[in-house]
Amino acid sequence: MTSIAETDLQSFVLLRLGDRRFAIMATQIAELVAPSRIFRFPHRTSEVEGVILRRGRIVPVCDVAEKLLGKGLLSRRFYLIVQRRYGAQTEWVALPVSGDCELINAEMTLPSDTDTPHVSGWLSHAGDVIEVLNLAALTPGPTEAAPTPTSAPMQQEARP
Amino acid sequence: MRPLSPTKTPAARTEQIILFRVSGQIFAVSSASVQEVRGVDSLSGAAKEMSYPALRKVKYFVRRGENSVYVINAAMHFGLPPAPPALVFVLRRTRTALLIDGIEKMTSMSRLQALPLAYCNEERTWYRGLTALDQTVVPVVKPDGFLTPDELFLLDASLSQEADAEAKHQAELNAPDEQQDEHNTSITQ
Repeated sequence: MTSIAETDLQSFVLLRLGDRRFAIMATQIAELVAPSRIFRFPHRTSEVEGVILRRGRIVPVCDVAEKLLGKGLLSRRFYLIVQRRYGAQTEWVALPVSGDCELINAEMTLPSDTDTPHVSGWLSHAGDVIEVLNLAALTPGPTEAAPTPTSAPMQQEARP
Repeated sequence: MRPLSPTKTPAARTEQIILFRVSGQIFAVSSASVQEVRGVDSLSGAAKEMSYPALRKVKYFVRRGENSVYVINAAMHFGLPPAPPALVFVLRRTRTALLIDGIEKMTSMSRLQALPLAYCNEERTWYRGLTALDQTVVPVVKPDGFLTPDELFLLDASLSQEADAEAKHQAELNAPDEQQDEHNTSITQ
């Protein structure tokens, strides 16, 4: 059984991956940019394709379509740059998207126990039920230890 | 009234780096980390081939005083297609030398950005970070990231075992001669 998280409306950005739409909380969005050159170098994190240069920052590119749709995107129209939290630190991550993005206000329904970890909630918009994405579960990062009740706020891991 | 003296902006700190190629991929290393650059041919006299199945990237070792320096094939370390190496970087304050294809150029970097946290596997030990040079992004390698302390321990142990086995073998080869010598001596007496 699900429950309504907030009675107030919240802002979300709808993004298109292939023929499906997903949502991310608007507070987690940095910007939407045209695709640019991806720089690749050897590494062992398969979810990361490479990096792009944006406003002097080096931003990793993660194609989340692979995880959400089971296949990579055939065409990339934009990179949606999101702010991914790693403990106390926030970094930009570029998500390739295949269509326009839209800012909406909606009420989010909390996920149920049976939802996959990448779902942080659900929206009902224009007749569709849309998954709100949990970036921490969807994009790679160092394994974070579960906080214990007595522990201080989690410290950022220096090196995994 | 005197004109205001122009304010001096502090010069950006830069670090000299060497850009080098491995299987067509460009990497950077701090020039302060490179003790020697040698041709591969110059290795042939001093280096001994070694084969440690768990660490196939380690191709040779060179005795330097009490220690062994391990020569690593950079292409194998980074999982790149094999390419014939032409040069060796002997890395300062490590026990590692690196087989590379060639040097691209020497330059300087003014900013080293930490490797994004999205990269969360072995590569975090390979790189100090990334730098943007001429509108490209180059990974800056960590000189002590080619062999972990555990790997060095295993390699040292492997060489030590080989040395012991060699010493034992030599002793066995010499043993019949020594026995024969003792026998001859007793006959003479």
